Amino acid sequence: MAPYAGLVTVQVRDLVRKYDDRAVLDGVDLEIAPGEFVALLGKSGSGKSTLLRALAGLDPEVVGSGELVVPQQVSVVFQDSRLLPWARVLDNVVLGLRGSEQRGRESLAEVGLAGREDAWPNELSGGEQQRVALARSLVREPELLLADEPFGALDALTRLKMHALLRKLCAAHQPAVLLVTHDVDEAIVLADRVIVLDAGRLVAEEVISLGLERSAVDPEFAAVRARLLDALGVTL
Amino acid sequence: MTTTTLPGVRAAVRRTPAVRRRRLGPGKPIKFGAAIGPLLLLVIWSIGSATGWIDQRVLSAPWTVVSTAGELIADGRLQSNLWTSSQRALLGLGLGIVLGVVLALISGLSRLGEAVLDGPIQIKRAIPSLALLPLLILWLGIGESMKVVTILLGVFVPIYIHTHNGLRTIDSRYVELAQTVGLSQREFIRRVVLPGALPGFLLGLRFAVTGAWLSLVVVEQINATSGIGYMMELARTYGQTDIIIVGLVLYGALGLLSDAGVRLIQRRALSWRRTLAS
Repeated sequence: MAPYAGLVTVQVRDLVRKYDDRAVLDGVDLEIAPGEFVALLGKSGSGKSTLLRALAGLDPEVVGSGELVVPQQVSVVFQDSRLLPWARVLDNVVLGLRGSEQRGRESLAEVGLAGREDAWPNELSGGEQQRVALARSLVREPELLLADEPFGALDALTRLKMHALLRKLCAAHQPAVLLVTHDVDEAIVLADRVIVLDAGRLVAEEVISLGLERSAVDPEFAAVRARLLDALGVTL
Repeated sequence: MTTTTLPGVRAAVRRTPAVRRRRLGPGKPIKFGAAIGPLLLLVIWSIGSATGWIDQRVLSAPWTVVSTAGELIADGRLQSNLWTSSQRALLGLGLGIVLGVVLALISGLSRLGEAVLDGPIQIKRAIPSLALLPLLILWLGIGESMKVVTILLGVFVPIYIHTHNGLRTIDSRYVELAQTVGLSQREFIRRVVLPGALPGFLLGLRFAVTGAWLSLVVVEQINATSGIGYMMELARTYGQTDIIIVGLVLYGALGLLSDAGVRLIQRRALSWRRTLAS
């Protein structure tokens, strides 16, 4: 945490969110520094998505309390690419941005889809669609990137490629990132810090100090994974 | 080892075609498929007339109809009546489309609008517009405005129903997306709502177009002094089945052509869709 000390992009204090009197988030405290990559792990129903939706401002009708500070520019990547099927790829990337076609093209080139500007989303593979969604998020130069299991629907090989791409893009654009995932390895490979949510509370935190080349055969990697799995209640 | 396993593998490969896979989609499109049905009808009609199986007094032969149409074109009656009818239909259709879309937008985008508008429109839907004709004649007389309004009333309902349905079935995930990328209300309507409702609108348009010609028939047979319906009504008085058939064929051709037109628009405008039919 040292390089980020004192600066915050996201500040969450005692966040509570309730559905039908059941607290899905039960007093969450979280800080994310500028440029920091945080992965959020948790079982199904632990409140991961609720936390992300709260940060994205997508839950105005949900009952809750707490303090929430998020930057002006927030981008969200969903599990589905959520491209408008009736808009061509480039129009999807620059959706709602006026006069930024050139930036949209550059953004598509960054995710390796130069030349596909005029394709329909339906003509792309699942991985390509998700890359367009990344381009759509990053062309807005977000200070905070929220990603809700963005690679969950992709096959294992495509997912590995997307990990490399996401690391490259984050290095280039330096947004603070909150990545929701249930894949422990994905979290360790990508994040600077991994936090674990259980029953609406943060129950564990691991600062990953493995350097840039992270390998699952590294004993340190295995140790971190064992601790995280333990926090998730998985015993091997 | 390899030599002994290979023949077995080959046999298995050869056996697979025997297991016929049922294809679930409708298959490849047939060339000029839309023309096959109408042509078949024409063939049956021709054979029936030529063999005397169809009485000339009941139904004129296709060639009689063609020569009558030729005469009607030569003395200009067909064109002028067709022109009058087309004007009525297009005017009613145009106004009906505008009304239907505006009402669908109001009722689709606001709960209050839906509460106020949807009920009355559903009630109107249950009343055939032709049943309103006596009232419309009392209100508007027997002039052009009565005719156009009758067509309009028949047209706006399918446009409204299908556009409204298209609007309401837009995936809420896209609404969420629009929020996260910060679309304004206007951009949201332009980028998400209208294109999302377009398939529904175009389906409604197909119903509306045929509906417009349908209403036309009725209004033109009541107190009209021009139009295809009037021409047919006059022919009835003189027992000229051939002219009646020319009118019928004309109505049918117009309906078919306009439907084909809308389908063409549909294919162009919805080229992003991959469906069972493509």
